[in-house]
Amino acid sequence: MTVMEQRGAYKPAPPPAWQPRTDPEPLLPDAEPYRVLGTEAAAKADPELLRRLYAQLVRGRRYNTQATALTKQGRLAVYPSSTGQEACEVAAALALEDRDWLFPSYRDTLAVVARGVDPVEALTLLRGDWHTGYDPYEHRVAPLSTPLATQLPHAVGLAHAARLKGDDVVALALVGDGGTSEGDFHEALNFAAVWQAPVVFLVQNNGFAISVPLAKQTAAPSLAHKAVGYGMPGRLVDGNDAAAVHEVLSDAVRRARTGGGPTLVEAVTYRIDAHTNADDATRYRGDAEVQAWRDHDPIQLLERELTGRGLLDEAAVQAARDDAEAMAADLRERMNRDPELDPMDLFAHVYAEPTPQLREQRALLRAELEAEQEGGHR
Amino acid sequence: MTTVAVKPATMAQALTRALRDAMAADPSVHVMGEDVGTLGGVFRVTDGLAKEFGEDRCTDTPLAEAGILGTAVGMAMYGLRPVVEMQFDAFAYPAFEQLVSHVARMRNRTRGRMPLPITIRVPYGGGIGGVEHHSDSSEAFYMATPGLHVVTPATVADAYGLLRAAIASDDPVVFLEPKRLYWSKDTWNPDRPTDVEPIGRAAVRRPGRSASLLTYGPSVQVCMEAAEAARAEGWDLEVVDLRSLVPFDDETVCASVRRTGRAVVVHESGSFGGPGGEIAARVTERCFHHLEAPVLRVAGFDLPYPPPMLERHHLPGVDRILDAVARLQWEAEG
Ligand SMILES: Cc1ncc(C[n+]2csc(CCOP(=O)(O)OP(=O)(O)O)c2C)c(N)n1
Ligand SMILES: [Mg+2]
Repeated sequence: MTVMEQRGAYKPAPPPAWQPRTDPEPLLPDAEPYRVLGTEAAAKADPELLRRLYAQLVRGRRYNTQATALTKQGRLAVYPSSTGQEACEVAAALALEDRDWLFPSYRDTLAVVARGVDPVEALTLLRGDWHTGYDPYEHRVAPLSTPLATQLPHAVGLAHAARLKGDDVVALALVGDGGTSEGDFHEALNFAAVWQAPVVFLVQNNGFAISVPLAKQTAAPSLAHKAVGYGMPGRLVDGNDAAAVHEVLSDAVRRARTGGGPTLVEAVTYRIDAHTNADDATRYRGDAEVQAWRDHDPIQLLERELTGRGLLDEAAVQAARDDAEAMAADLRERMNRDPELDPMDLFAHVYAEPTPQLREQRALLRAELEAEQEGGHR
Repeated sequence: MTTVAVKPATMAQALTRALRDAMAADPSVHVMGEDVGTLGGVFRVTDGLAKEFGEDRCTDTPLAEAGILGTAVGMAMYGLRPVVEMQFDAFAYPAFEQLVSHVARMRNRTRGRMPLPITIRVPYGGGIGGVEHHSDSSEAFYMATPGLHVVTPATVADAYGLLRAAIASDDPVVFLEPKRLYWSKDTWNPDRPTDVEPIGRAAVRRPGRSASLLTYGPSVQVCMEAAEAARAEGWDLEVVDLRSLVPFDDETVCASVRRTGRAVVVHESGSFGGPGGEIAARVTERCFHHLEAPVLRVAGFDLPYPPPMLERHHLPGVDRILDAVARLQWEAEG
């Protein structure tokens, strides 16, 4: 046989059968963000829940304005306001059971407070007297801290551990649109899906990472679409529609709790204030854009729905505002007191037992403090 | 008196035994990492654990070091005691943000409310003919990160005892395993429960009167050989195995240097910004009046870890150690 004849005789075997690991269709997000308020779905929403959400939104907005005011008075080092995003913040807290865990991003003080953490203790990081002022185990809220997206694998690990222990616990992790570009976002979602961990990821897509718009962050059709690549469902929701966010998150939490695995939720919202009090947003966005989102305000959306259906009267609106004012007054009053600081605390918690090296340094500081006390300055 | 069977065992076997005993003693101990399950790890240190304890206790994770350590943080938050394996020294770097920003800080951040009892096992060091990224000595990074304990065994018995102590610790421990000692053998009794060593104590491996070799991990054996060879030169060298870099055992180290009056720090890690600078400074600050000569360092060169065919020129060897000892101003004794 010639070489050509041999070639002609060669019949390649087909490769071993291939099939997709999961059907991608059911994982895909809807084409439009899901809405409840102002749609037929609103009629099915529990009025009591809507009223609770409303009261919390009003309170949350007031918390943001009060905290921002405290930065101007020098009582807070910095505050990243979530004004405009209150629906996400509040719905995240309310979608969880008591035994569940919340993993906030640095912007989510509102969610932390809505979950029950003391409003002053939630601010110690930003005031600067201690990093985490609250006991994470009291309300099952992970520490607020600033490295972006790093809380996501923590949530996955905790949810996984809970499942291993046979506990009926779900973790809800919050992250911003910018944070989705971090490697930890990818690794967390991948681990969550592989382990089928009972965890829900909520991305608050507020349009910006400081100054950088989403278009420079991703080329994905939507952030919710990213879920498909990990083999988990992606859900797209109007982040200013508190009823919709609450419903989507509650569904995802239920799914996680009953062994259905993780979900990625993208809530489309907008950061009305600058990145923080220290930022100048006029350098990267125009008033018209901000105004368009002000007209889609989460509090007004819910208020219109509730009043339109006779579920909220003048008195109830006033009660919500009074409650918010009382919270703000308490916050103001307590934040205007100087925090008590003990410099020796610096050495108290680095390790379970201070190392010999830290004991020496502690003695040095103690001596310095004593010299200060005696008024002695060299 | 009962006689106990003392058989030769490798360091890798002692580490496996430590993991096994820790898992048997405490159901909250979970081993996780790349290839640690079915395969038993690329160095076989986790051999048999998945079979004995199930894959939920010894888990093959996705290939992602930040994810491994990041999820371990969450597991520790929920009361588990994760033992994480980083496959190689240089492949632990993707986990650095989790390590530095969270693992090392969580206890302090939360005023002690949320300790993270995580053990991070890192095979480290050279001398195994590894290609690039398989021979780094990264201990200086870990030492420079407050909140971590940094421990490294040099003997088979310590491999067991220190790993048990690391897993039992309520603080995060970076446990550096000298790769080239994995197959080193020693007589060791695996049935003696008192083997758990306290973290933070150095050990004098060889007493001597002339000078102290301060070393750890893979360099301990080299220093022992150097001390043996030094006898021909008339030097009686003491070898101190630090065992724990953080916390640092100033007491044992300084007692040794006060006895001998001379010290050489020996490690594979580069000297500039390396552990030796810290150790030399500590010794000088504490034992200045006992020193007959400046504290010297014998370290790897300050270069990216060399290709395997050149690594013997890089690693501190017996000759380089003896040359340093020769420079300890003996003439002054005259
Ligand atoms: C790892 C890391 N890189 C950079 C920063 C600095 N930084 C703080 S907030 C921020 C933007 C975050 O954007 P996004 O994730 O969309 O959250 P948002 O601020 O909109 O809530 C940046 C870059 C950080 N905190 N952490
Ligand atoms: Mg954003």
